[in-house]
Amino acid sequence: MTDIITGAVALGLVWAIVTIGVWITYRILDFPDLTIEGTIVAGAATSAILMTHGVSPLLCLLASFGVGALCGLITGILHTQLKIPALLAGILTGIGLYSINIRIMGNTSNLSLLGTRTLIDRFANLRGIKAILGLGIFENVVNKQNLAAIILVGVVVVMVIALCTWFLRTSYGCSVRATGSNPDMARAQGINIDAAKIVGLMLSNALVGLGGSLLTQYQSYSDVQMGIGSIVIGLASLIIGEVLFGKSSTLRSLIAVAFGAILYRAIIALVIQAGMRATDLRLFTAITVAIALFSPTAIQQVKLLRGRVKRRGDAGL
Amino acid sequence: MLVCKNLSKTFYPGTANERRALCNVNLSLRRGEFVVIIGGNGSGKSTLLNVVSGAILSDAGRIYIDKQDVTFLAEHKRARLIGRVFQDPMLGTAASMTIEENLALANRRGKTRGLGSGVTRTERVQFREMLRPLELGLEDRLTARVGLLSGGQRQALTLLMASLRDPKVLLLDEHTAALDPKTAAKVQEISLQLVREHKLTTMMVTHNMGDALRFGDRLIMMQEGRIVFEAQGPEKQALTVPDLVEKFVAVGSEVIA
Ligand SMILES: Nc1ncnc2c1ncn2[C@@H]1O[C@H](COP(=O)(O)OP(=O)(O)O)[C@@H](O)[C@H]1O
Ligand SMILES: [Mg+2]
Repeated sequence: MTDIITGAVALGLVWAIVTIGVWITYRILDFPDLTIEGTIVAGAATSAILMTHGVSPLLCLLASFGVGALCGLITGILHTQLKIPALLAGILTGIGLYSINIRIMGNTSNLSLLGTRTLIDRFANLRGIKAILGLGIFENVVNKQNLAAIILVGVVVVMVIALCTWFLRTSYGCSVRATGSNPDMARAQGINIDAAKIVGLMLSNALVGLGGSLLTQYQSYSDVQMGIGSIVIGLASLIIGEVLFGKSSTLRSLIAVAFGAILYRAIIALVIQAGMRATDLRLFTAITVAIALFSPTAIQQVKLLRGRVKRRGDAGL
Repeated sequence: MLVCKNLSKTFYPGTANERRALCNVNLSLRRGEFVVIIGGNGSGKSTLLNVVSGAILSDAGRIYIDKQDVTFLAEHKRARLIGRVFQDPMLGTAASMTIEENLALANRRGKTRGLGSGVTRTERVQFREMLRPLELGLEDRLTARVGLLSGGQRQALTLLMASLRDPKVLLLDEHTAALDPKTAAKVQEISLQLVREHKLTTMMVTHNMGDALRFGDRLIMMQEGRIVFEAQGPEKQALTVPDLVEKFVAVGSEVIA
């Protein structure tokens, strides 16, 4: 059981990075970006192929970050320069990436990393970390790899949150936020909104690429199908996080979204444990997101009706 | 300061929906001049302001600001020369951002936006001082999200943002029309204060005849994309509401009040 929990938390932390990427486009830029279904694989494939060629896993993280940014750049150009609608621009890049991802992996649709030492393996074997993992409190955890992953990816998540919080408070970060919030106003204030959208998309997809790299290093394989449904998983995590942990400030939202991703993984682990078929998971996720998206409207409706009933009561009717 | 030469604009040309919004408009404003524009619905007032701001590209004609030809300058590049307030209070500010962040965005018009702090400490002090004379209590709410403000407060904030970097031209498009009369009067008063203080060259569109007579150095009436009447100086001062109504009837426009 503890292994199920630690596994869910480790995977949740990896997905937290992807979810923060989704949050940047969906919430900050107001741009429903479907590129990420391809970007996550591009990040995974880039790291996988580099690692099988013996490149340092730390460098692989950077490479996947860069490849992700490139994916965002393509969608950004399709949208701002060729004037293709946001959804379609993301779909086009995503579809094109399918072919590219197979090429990146050396013309196969999946690549195993068994036998290569991933960042997590190396990290788990550091002397200090080994000592921590051997502590008495972790006695019950059989899979020490998960623990190492939690610490390592946890640090990356904190760094990502710090980076995003800092960037969104800079002068340029503010113009990206203004572009998402009110493009007319942004233009009137002299902001090049095309450039701001491209920068936002690049940052978002760079983070998704980074998430893909960590995912492949955690799972020790990369598969061209692994991105399917990632946008919905990201949205589910984002909404769960915002509903439960609030969104009053940038920092708060980022932390909420990260916890949302972990919670989502925990829920999935639980329902699987309870006997749900793995192939039914997507239906489960789709229904969860639909309910979550509907809930603000539902709450509003209930409040409205309650107010009506109350007023009627006050009027003595 | 601002020169419009032979501006023309037709929407949906060559279709059944063809709309001539501007027709050979010539207009020039001296530095610091305040021009009030009136005219019926669809007479081309907003289109004129949109062409000047670069939101719309004219079909023909030229625009010069401070002798610089800006006809083909992209809207966001032209923004450093122009301050704008729209009719809809929601349009001028970013609702999800704070008061100080909105002001800081405007304060960087025409400057490069880098990785420095989005709002600096000096700016914060400056903004507080600027907000105080508005007497709306905004100076104590710098970190409140703009979405929480009323329409009047948002419009006052937009005015402040528009006048922040001493624009060469200030464009006000029925910026009090969506407000209740009392708030409208307050916002109008703030507008005048800012225009006087910064000696701004201003174009103001209004539906309010009283405001049109009371404010500005010059009055322009538009109809079907043309300037059909103009008055300035003593001639403008002598105008009355009945005079304006008569002009409207003369050009065949519906009367507005
Ligand atoms: N963006 C646009 N697209 C199509 N037609 C427009 C657009 N803007 C204005 N028009 C048309 O141009 C004419 C002038 O409109 P406008 O300048 O908004 O008038 P006013 O501000 O004086 O009421 C109207 O017939 C209007 O329908
Ligand atoms: Mg108008």
